[in-house]
Amino acid sequence: MNATMIQTSDLTRHFTVKKDVVEAVRGLDLHVAEGELVALLGPNGAGKSTTLRMLTTLIPPTSGTATVAGYDVVDRQRDVRRVIGYIGQGNGAAHSQRGRDELVSQGRAYGMSVRDAKARADELVASLDLAAVAERPVSSLSGGQRRRLDIAMGLIHAPRLLFLDEPSTGLDPQNRANLQEHILKLRAEHGTTIVLTTHYLDEADAMAERVIVIDHGTVIADDTPARLKAEHSGDLITLGFGSAADAGRAVTRLGALADAAVSADGAVVEVRVAGGPRLVPGVLRDLDAAGIAVESTAVNRPTLDDVFLNLTGRSLREGVVTTSTEEVAA
Amino acid sequence: MSGTTMITDTVTVFSRELRPVLRDPFSVVFSMIQPLVFLGLFAPLLPEVEGGSALQWFVPGIVVMSCLFSTSFTGSNLLFEIQTGAHERMLVTPLRRPALIVGRALKEIVPMIVQTAIIVLVCVPFGFDLHVLGVLAGVAILAVMAVGLGALSYTLALASKNTEWMFWTVQQTVLFPLLLLAGILLPVDDGPGWLRALSSANPLAYVVDAERALFNGEFPASTVLSAVVASVAVAALGLAVGTRAMRRSS
Ligand SMILES: Nc1ncnc2c1ncn2[C@@H]1O[C@H](COP(=O)(O)OP(=O)(O)OP(=O)(O)O)[C@@H](O)[C@H]1O
Ligand SMILES: [Mg+2]
Repeated sequence: MNATMIQTSDLTRHFTVKKDVVEAVRGLDLHVAEGELVALLGPNGAGKSTTLRMLTTLIPPTSGTATVAGYDVVDRQRDVRRVIGYIGQGNGAAHSQRGRDELVSQGRAYGMSVRDAKARADELVASLDLAAVAERPVSSLSGGQRRRLDIAMGLIHAPRLLFLDEPSTGLDPQNRANLQEHILKLRAEHGTTIVLTTHYLDEADAMAERVIVIDHGTVIADDTPARLKAEHSGDLITLGFGSAADAGRAVTRLGALADAAVSADGAVVEVRVAGGPRLVPGVLRDLDAAGIAVESTAVNRPTLDDVFLNLTGRSLREGVVTTSTEEVAA
Repeated sequence: MSGTTMITDTVTVFSRELRPVLRDPFSVVFSMIQPLVFLGLFAPLLPEVEGGSALQWFVPGIVVMSCLFSTSFTGSNLLFEIQTGAHERMLVTPLRRPALIVGRALKEIVPMIVQTAIIVLVCVPFGFDLHVLGVLAGVAILAVMAVGLGALSYTLALASKNTEWMFWTVQQTVLFPLLLLAGILLPVDDGPGWLRALSSANPLAYVVDAERALFNGEFPASTVLSAVVASVAVAALGLAVGTRAMRRSS
């Protein structure tokens, strides 16, 4: 087990808005070890940003404690700030500034010499593909270009611990992939601890080896994406038959599958089970041998949205279809 | 990575603030448009005075006015940075909180000097008598006042987070009484007692009096001293409340 990087105990934050108390974060207990890459996942208003804002010293907790790199976030603010990098949900570069100027100022803020700050700015401008816009006023940059500049600013001092609040919002698919690559590289080369929030389920899935699902200010699940999915949701195999009678007979036969939840609706049978794609050929052979004709098959891999749905009874993103479907010819 | 001090932090914030001005020097002139319009339209209406141009009385007031306008507006830049997220990003750095306000406020001196130079140079061909030493002394006093006014404007911006209208309402509500009670456009000496009492509570009034003397090449000790005390008081107040607001800012 690596050294502790983040430790919170009963971390709580309330906001008072016109006499109403909003419990943004309620009693969060979090432990992140050095070198981990953790994604905080949760719907709008779950308390993700508020949690990051407490961990980055921007707002004090209402109650509870948090230490970052061994420093208390209330008593040792400057020590915390020296260690961390933070890419917030907004834009870090001021509109009146030029990108490269902001990068150099940012480096100076962390105590780098002018020469080092300039060299580091050049490096990041090149690696985040900002060369064409670095000399322009930030106000003239596109949303995605500004986001890349934000990321460059957060990385200027090569922090040991990096917080990213929805880093990929506003990026096109290519730049999202690019950012993910950047983050993974940072981690591989420097062992940087990374805590990010995201709405993109596939992103959390692809990058983080640990996903913390937050809802209403508390942790409702905390595990690897694979285990979360295995535990809270299996693959969904959907089988179509010629008649409800066939479907009924199929349900009986499928009862033999281990750890599967089988349900029928008219001529359609749904099987919720882990490892779906591997099971399908056997299921089809078995039903065929029993003389039950399968007319259509589909396997839906579970997504983190399924996990969330399973945990809370609500979908993470209303109106957004996040399932990936793999059609299998019957 | 070398260590930082309050001074290096202040320099970092100061140079960051100054950079857009250096990149686009014309921006300094924008906030001067109003004072220059006043100068152009008001000066011709001034009665002729004996022994010199009426500009000698009017120009120092316009210099103070120009400084008051640009410093009182300056908080709007911070307000915008609060809204976009740039301020938050600065708060997360290890920059010392007092440096965040002192560096910004010190930068106000630069546009003030440029504006003063432009106003004075524009007026010399029209009969304004230039007393270089007096003008330099006047600029030094005004520099302290500019830091104080700038810090107050930034404080107002920090207090107006999420309520932009509050910044503009307070700024506009305070600006014109300050201006008129400082006797910049019309002398207050002939006004009713209550107005003179209000004026004597206005630190800018002392600065305007001193600037008029200094720009005329005179150095009356008590007038200059009053102006110095008034400016230092405003600067101390501005930086104190500004630092407090910055520490609480999120
Ligand atoms: N400064 C504030 N004042 C009042 N309420 C706040 C403030 N900041 C956050 N909240 C409230 O706290 C709750 C959590 O907000 P938070 O920004 O942490 O959510 P989030 O998980 O980051 O959501 P999103 O995905 O939309 O960014 C919300 O109900 C929000 O309205
Ligand atoms: Mg958020």
